[in-house]
Amino acid sequence: MTDKLVTFEVNGQELQAEAGSMLIEATDAAGINIPRFCYHKKLSIAANCRMCLVEVEKVPKPLPACATPVTEGMKVYTRSPKALAAQKGTMEFLLINHPLDCPICDQGGECELQDVAIGYGRDVSRYSEGKRVVADKNIGPLIATDMTRCIHCTRCVRFGEEIAGIREMGATGRGEHMVIGTYIEKSVDSEMSGNIIDLCPVGALTSKPFRFNARAWELTQVEAIAPHDSLGSNLNLHLRGNKVMRVHPKDNESINETWISDRDRFSYEGLYSSDRLTSPMVKKGGEWKEVSWEMALEMAAASLKEIGDGDQIGTLISPTSTLEELYLAQKLMRGLGCNNIDSRLRQGDFRMDATQNSVHWLGSTLSDMDQMQTVFVVGGNIRKEQPILAHRLRKAALNGAKLHYLNPIQIDLNHSGEQDICTPGEMAGRLAAVAKAAGVKASGGAASLLNAAQADESAKQTAANLKAADGALVMLGAMAQAHPDYALLHTIAAALAEATGAQLSILPASANSVGAQLAGAVPHLQAGGSVADHAGLDTLQMLKMPRKGYLLLGVEPGRDFWNGSLSMSALQSADLVVAISAFRSPELEECADILLPMAIFTETSGTYVNAEGRWQQSRGVVRPQGESRPGWKILRVLGNLTDQAGFDYTDSQQIHDEIHQLCESATLDNKQAAPQNLEPQLSADGLLRGGDTPLYACDPLVRRATALQQTQDAGSDTIRLHPEEAARLGLDGSDTALVKQNGNQIDLPLQLDERIPQGCVWISTSLARTSTLGQPFGEVTVEKA
Amino acid sequence: MNVFKNYFKSLFLLELFRGLSVTGRYLFRKKFTIMYPEEKAPVSPRFRGLHALRRYPNGEERCIACKLCEATCPALAITIEAEPREDGSRRTTRYDIDLFKCIYCGYCQEACPVDAIVETRIYEYHFENRGENIMTKEKLLAVGDKCEAQLAADIEAQAKVR
Repeated sequence: MTDKLVTFEVNGQELQAEAGSMLIEATDAAGINIPRFCYHKKLSIAANCRMCLVEVEKVPKPLPACATPVTEGMKVYTRSPKALAAQKGTMEFLLINHPLDCPICDQGGECELQDVAIGYGRDVSRYSEGKRVVADKNIGPLIATDMTRCIHCTRCVRFGEEIAGIREMGATGRGEHMVIGTYIEKSVDSEMSGNIIDLCPVGALTSKPFRFNARAWELTQVEAIAPHDSLGSNLNLHLRGNKVMRVHPKDNESINETWISDRDRFSYEGLYSSDRLTSPMVKKGGEWKEVSWEMALEMAAASLKEIGDGDQIGTLISPTSTLEELYLAQKLMRGLGCNNIDSRLRQGDFRMDATQNSVHWLGSTLSDMDQMQTVFVVGGNIRKEQPILAHRLRKAALNGAKLHYLNPIQIDLNHSGEQDICTPGEMAGRLAAVAKAAGVKASGGAASLLNAAQADESAKQTAANLKAADGALVMLGAMAQAHPDYALLHTIAAALAEATGAQLSILPASANSVGAQLAGAVPHLQAGGSVADHAGLDTLQMLKMPRKGYLLLGVEPGRDFWNGSLSMSALQSADLVVAISAFRSPELEECADILLPMAIFTETSGTYVNAEGRWQQSRGVVRPQGESRPGWKILRVLGNLTDQAGFDYTDSQQIHDEIHQLCESATLDNKQAAPQNLEPQLSADGLLRGGDTPLYACDPLVRRATALQQTQDAGSDTIRLHPEEAARLGLDGSDTALVKQNGNQIDLPLQLDERIPQGCVWISTSLARTSTLGQPFGEVTVEKA
Repeated sequence: MNVFKNYFKSLFLLELFRGLSVTGRYLFRKKFTIMYPEEKAPVSPRFRGLHALRRYPNGEERCIACKLCEATCPALAITIEAEPREDGSRRTTRYDIDLFKCIYCGYCQEACPVDAIVETRIYEYHFENRGENIMTKEKLLAVGDKCEAQLAADIEAQAKVR
């Protein structure tokens, strides 16, 4: 394509467009409507629906506007008798096999076929023969199908191939016998499959959780920010009355384009879980009693003050909280003399905190992501952590970027890339090999590893690609951050990035992981992202050296933590646990003494700072359920009740402005001095556990979204291991096995999986049963049940 | 002269007798009056009285929860909630008509693609307690079951002109 502009005429109106661009793009930009079904701005051109036929002067037949490039001096008529006759003819053919079931179709009222039929359809059908019927398919718990309604636009097929990167849907047969479906009877498992619901112009693919719940005309649309991954995808919430009925993407070219992940789309179901905490509760003699807000707040404030020594309190905040909640929580607790504040619940190693003096972030803007030429991901399965970011990486790979992965498990890629798989214990060594190949000098904390490293062919290749690239990233994913030697991985990755001229990228794990650092909700940084005067204890220390009291904000003991069993024992042994939470869970009720119901996503106003440091605000659009109140209001009153100054906010905007002012000089930077004497904490020998946090187990809201929990990505309480490793452990043939870690043991079903490296068993964390074990990476024994 | 004429007219009560002659004429004609409630006025097949939800002859409810009646109702008297029934079909879980709001315009009947919501010939009903003005799905179906023969006949009679 060239940048040359050509001038042409549409319906007598003079337009300009880039040479080589399609006619429909130019008319869309000029606001001239041409009916279409198969054309979509983000997908390739198929030109198979023929709805966009237009008349072009000196061309004998009508041409499809979506597949006709603009040319100089071309004269186009979109509403001439010839064009209209062609469009009406196409419409009549499309309606031959389309069932007249609009009254029971969920798309009714927002259907592209309905809309176009109003303008281009006949009022009475001339067709009296039998209509085609296609059997419905069960393609999983998220998408409902009515394949008889399909008009074969193939948008879903093209989405799978071009965007999701897995060919799940396809067309079989020809002409009237053409059928869209999954090639073999299977479910659609892509982590962004929900987008085909939006793409489908008719009611063939609709949302299963939303099925028959409401009509398009009953819904009002409001904007929101997705609270799960660190991108902060823009959402349109569709409300009926005081209830969120469904979630759609809102276009934002620099963040989520037109897509959202299934997690953002379907997590709203969790809002209406029966687990919602709807009134303040206090535990008396082991029994939970509902109390008034005044009483609960006074009790919480009095008992926090009663502990006296601020250092004896631990504050654990969910990184999915809003910026205002994170800020007020740390302000409240620092005011009480407590510096033990952390929101990095799933990090495995905090030795880098000592030298960190800036806010860690993605290391690149999201829109630069698809321009990268080499990306080296260490300990990350980006597709199953942050699906829309993975889509950006895939775009880079399609542009010719080289992607390298170093992981303790073989992951499913939807693009070309090299995978280096080793046991969790070998990761630091393998990374050191790449660093050595890139010419990193052995010095600092990782010197011994770098000295011992042997650069093999693949390490040399990775290093060479990083060096050669104009725009390269070394990215530390969630598995690297959960690694007990994260400090080593971080130090070596930073040295590697420096030596190769690449950017170091520390993938923020959650919606407000960057915000938490800016708000000072980490022990070593204070509000504004500068180094704290008195560094407190990090998550792991708070749990290893149990405190007398804990304040939990949006955190669920057990399932939200790196080491589930450790979190449970520490919180159970505490004298006082005040939990501000939107949900109740058996674990929380076991540990906590005071439960304060909090309004969450959609019910509270707040700010999210995404991976690239972009501040995005969302409003509270529905009333909080029951007695629950926005987190910032609860914390504000706790501030008043503990006699602290500066807690007189009347509006969350005031808090936002205060933080914004503090953050004026904050810098997003991943550069920091390497700590000295970093000893490996995870030995390379013996049987090691590996574990990830499944896509739909990451936060309390998602864990309660029923449809998502029925998908594969919800994870399963199983032990996965290599068949040869199973044979070595004497487990071949058995269905279950007994796992022992840190003195905890459970028996779990056994699953043989060749993607797991030998010497490692894979047990995901944060699930109902596995959260009673210990950390995701560590020594473990597996024996016959 | 005029004074003389008027004097005669008033003296012999001529105007009174002319009026009484109309009374006398109607006294012996056939009566219009209906002895309600013993007798009832004839009702048109298009009469718009109390609502009903109809069923198919096999007992299946007709309503498919398309919500067109709710959308078209000018008085916002209809409230519908729907979800998939156990067999996967689209059905209402709630179908309420507030008779205080309803203006008996018949648009719901016009909008219904399956002739489920109809207005019957029933016009004699009252409420004794708060809340009775809400016709729930059960009540509407019960009315429909009671009047089905009449409703079917009425719809049949009007099929040509609708």
